[in-house]
Amino acid sequence: MAEAASMEEIRATASRLGIDLSEVDLDTIRLPPGEDLGIKSDDEDLNEDDPLEFDGGFGNIIVVDNLPVVPKEKFEKLEGVIRKIYSQIGVIKEDGLWMPIDPSSHKTLGYCFIEYNTPQEAELAREKTHNYKLDRFHIFAVNMFDDIEKFLKVPDEWAPPETKPYTPGENLQKWLTDEKARDQFVIRSGSDTEVLWNDARHLKPEPVYKRSFWTESFVQWSPLGTYLATVHRQGAAVWGGATTFNRLMRYAHPQVKLIDFSPGENFLVTYSSHEPSNPRDTHRVVLNIFDVRTGKVMRDFKGSADEFAVGGTGGVTGVSWPVFRWGGGKDDKYFARIGKNVISVYETETFTLIDKKSIKVENVMDFSWSPTDPILALFVPELGGGNQPARVSLIQIPSKEELRQKNLFSVSDCKMYWQSNGDYLAVKVDRYTKTKKSTYTGFELFRIKERDIPIEVLELENKNDKIIAFAWEPKGHRFAVIHGDSPRPDISFYSMRSTSNTGRVSKLTTLKGKQANALYWSPAGRFIILAGLKGFNGQLEFFNVDELETMATAEHFMATDIEWDPTGRYVATSVTSVHEMENGFNIWSFHGKLLYRILKDHFFQFLWRPRPPPFLSPEKEEEIAKNLKKYSKKYEAEDQDVSLLLSEQDREKRKMLKEEWERWINEWKRLHEEEDLERQKLRDGEASDEEEEYEAKEVEVEELLDVSEEVLSFDFGQE
Amino acid sequence: MRPILMKGHERPLTFLKYNRDGDLLFSCAKDHTPTVWFADNGERLGTYRGHNGAVWCCDVSSKFCAGCLRDSMMLITGSADQSAKLWNVQTGAQLFTFNFDSPARAVDFAVGDKLAVITTDPFMGLPSAIHVKHIARDPSEQTGESVLTIKGPQGRINRAVWGPLNKTIISAGEDAVVRIWDSETGKLLKESDKETGHKKTITSLTKSADSSHFLTGSLDKSAKLWDIRSLTLIKTYVTERPVNAVAMSPLLDHVVLGGGQDASAVTTTDHRAGKFEAKFFDKVLQEEIGGVKGHFGPINAWHSIQMVKGFDKLVGPYIMDISFSSGGEDGYVRLHHFDPDYFHIKI
Repeated sequence: MAEAASMEEIRATASRLGIDLSEVDLDTIRLPPGEDLGIKSDDEDLNEDDPLEFDGGFGNIIVVDNLPVVPKEKFEKLEGVIRKIYSQIGVIKEDGLWMPIDPSSHKTLGYCFIEYNTPQEAELAREKTHNYKLDRFHIFAVNMFDDIEKFLKVPDEWAPPETKPYTPGENLQKWLTDEKARDQFVIRSGSDTEVLWNDARHLKPEPVYKRSFWTESFVQWSPLGTYLATVHRQGAAVWGGATTFNRLMRYAHPQVKLIDFSPGENFLVTYSSHEPSNPRDTHRVVLNIFDVRTGKVMRDFKGSADEFAVGGTGGVTGVSWPVFRWGGGKDDKYFARIGKNVISVYETETFTLIDKKSIKVENVMDFSWSPTDPILALFVPELGGGNQPARVSLIQIPSKEELRQKNLFSVSDCKMYWQSNGDYLAVKVDRYTKTKKSTYTGFELFRIKERDIPIEVLELENKNDKIIAFAWEPKGHRFAVIHGDSPRPDISFYSMRSTSNTGRVSKLTTLKGKQANALYWSPAGRFIILAGLKGFNGQLEFFNVDELETMATAEHFMATDIEWDPTGRYVATSVTSVHEMENGFNIWSFHGKLLYRILKDHFFQFLWRPRPPPFLSPEKEEEIAKNLKKYSKKYEAEDQDVSLLLSEQDREKRKMLKEEWERWINEWKRLHEEEDLERQKLRDGEASDEEEEYEAKEVEVEELLDVSEEVLSFDFGQE
Repeated sequence: MRPILMKGHERPLTFLKYNRDGDLLFSCAKDHTPTVWFADNGERLGTYRGHNGAVWCCDVSSKFCAGCLRDSMMLITGSADQSAKLWNVQTGAQLFTFNFDSPARAVDFAVGDKLAVITTDPFMGLPSAIHVKHIARDPSEQTGESVLTIKGPQGRINRAVWGPLNKTIISAGEDAVVRIWDSETGKLLKESDKETGHKKTITSLTKSADSSHFLTGSLDKSAKLWDIRSLTLIKTYVTERPVNAVAMSPLLDHVVLGGGQDASAVTTTDHRAGKFEAKFFDKVLQEEIGGVKGHFGPINAWHSIQMVKGFDKLVGPYIMDISFSSGGEDGYVRLHHFDPDYFHIKI
């Protein structure tokens, strides 16, 4: 590359050539195309930015084979037919249809190329018209232009794949072996994504790994915490490792929008939706299911958004997410999705429908899996204007046998809540009152693990109370309900056991008039945070359900999210960038003591790294809990050491700051005194400005308020 | 203690200033009349009528020049009506008007009150400028000529004050840079470092009582303490709201930051989200020690905070006052007097 000429040289050359530089308008100078005269353009690196964008520039072209071979005279007719077929699917570019002609025979060659505006349209056209029967002898064979090259490369003879030498992988669960038993979390703020240790003892987070532009939309931990998934334009990726975060696998899925792991983190579901350029066309969605470890696509689903929009609540535009709900616990054996009048249950051995057919349920609205067992709960609303009652049924998979069914009358809506061990299922039923003008709410409680699955009906004391939130105690037998009117609702706690009878629901207590609209149970049970988010500005009440007492009340102003760490020791409350101010997060102890507070502008996400379930048996856990004193001694000593060290450091730091400040003060005092005379001069000899001039004097002021004289007469005569 | 609510302005407050003795409080607002109040009880003493635009800033001469001005102090105000005016504090009479071609923003008297610095905004293609004016002993001899005009920095200059012995002028504004100029020659002497300095518009700047250091507040949600001679960054106070006004206690090692989100965004959020309280920080340790809530209603955004060590001839030096306006559209000034406890805060 030629060295760029300096300004001096340019001036010298200009004067030699008799050019007045000031009259040259640099913007009008055009270099010949492709010539940069050795000057590297500033925006060159822009082009290098994303080579993947340019990969497959022919993605919008398809090749249609098996067309009739026609002579010149019939060429236009054939072209018209093809154009008619293919312009229904998408917009064919101008001159985008090209049918080559054999120069010797002047006949067509039996194939043509069609160029669409977008690769999505091309993909759709390929899908729709592959195997299209034009007539008996001409069945279209449609391929993407990009694939042709790939097909050409297929060797004629099969060669056995090379066996790669085995390289031991990293211990992906190293973080669990942390000596201080700390938990990790990931935060996203601005363009940075950071993984940190929650070092509650030192009252600060300790960085693990940080990366800018790690993800293009969000990050997500896998359910057992092994992987951190990032989402990019080209697809999703998972990261993990013993000490740092390396990319373990990539899952190609252009324009992926949402991802979802199976509970045992064996599979990853990715979702993308493609808005059609032509509003008449269908809005298409693509779902891929990958094997997390190998990165292989196990199954893909394509279709219009409407097909995936049935049932469930929440999610994103067009679909209810997750589309596929995983069942059967951590084994990832089944997944299911709801369709119109069907529930399709797939199993992961073959990735096909169980018994090759979906379960037909007329008008099914919603379904959910038991978190541990292969049991489906589904809800069908009332039909025929109330002639056919609504029902909730439990279905065993893979036998598809109905375990239990409950008919419900005058139902407006149903919501299902599973307890985390799959022991209980609560169905919140909104019913119409007799006038059909308003609704009231009751609960149907299923005891799944008991014989015949008994059902109990629970109604609130005040039937008209609105239910604001409901939550099961994880692994426990209790649940909490927020009910009542919005400004100060009540919170009730119930247990599935009562003292005398283990088979009856009993109320534990009702807390009146709480500023709360969300419930967050500790993952270990026993403790719960009654939170007032949104309208209540982040009121937090830390409540102990065993003792039925409030441990602490606090506020994290404007808090939008609350998350317990997986051990139930700490809680993170965060203000995400839905608010402009106060962005950041607080870490609290389980009993409501604020440990530390970090402010971050443009704060998007806070996620604790989940932990896999422990290997200890419940009996063993109980034993440890019983002998906690024995174990805790060691940790308490450590805690004390750390806190001593901390206060020592704090003192040091303060001392240093004070000393430094003293130095400044003395310096200033000296300078001030030095300049005293000069300042007086500036003031025309007026004495100084300082307050020292004043003297504090105590002045006693006596005020004579009133003087009056009075003559008193004494009578001596009486003596 | 209950703050005193001073209702005298019809538009948002822009600036507050105590006189040296701390017995008078001058307030400027976007309505056109600067007002003087008794600092003790919040009674309105009078207004200064004559401006035809928002008044952005004011300064009052020290009492020690009083002799030359027939025993009364002088007030200088800078206004958006493209003028700065000199007033007789006592009578409210206009003494002189400095006319400019663009709105005047910051004003500051030099030690001795013989010079004043006035900044003007960038306006209709004119760049912002710092003007130094000579202040005559006798107002009748006052002229509008500038002793010195400094041009250069981009964007509005929000504050300009005199350095020690009137040798320098310190300016800060929209470009987030603090600059020290030679007040004789107009030469740029020092500039704050882009790395360590503020990242966004500097909204306020206040000097310590002995002019040895100064505090700047910025929309980057921080306030910074600088050495006035070397422009060394000494402290940074981080808060969660844009800082609109700063003040330093002359008695204790405390600084006060006032601020809040922009007035235009206020009504879109909860009333507490705006962060309109004044926050107290330990000057040395840079830790937050407390706050004073001051707002009522969601439409207030601008705080002006001043602290002063007061003096009373009978009781001697008395405690300082802090006052800060919480006037958005309502234009109230809130005057806070400290409880005795404040002077015994231990941290």
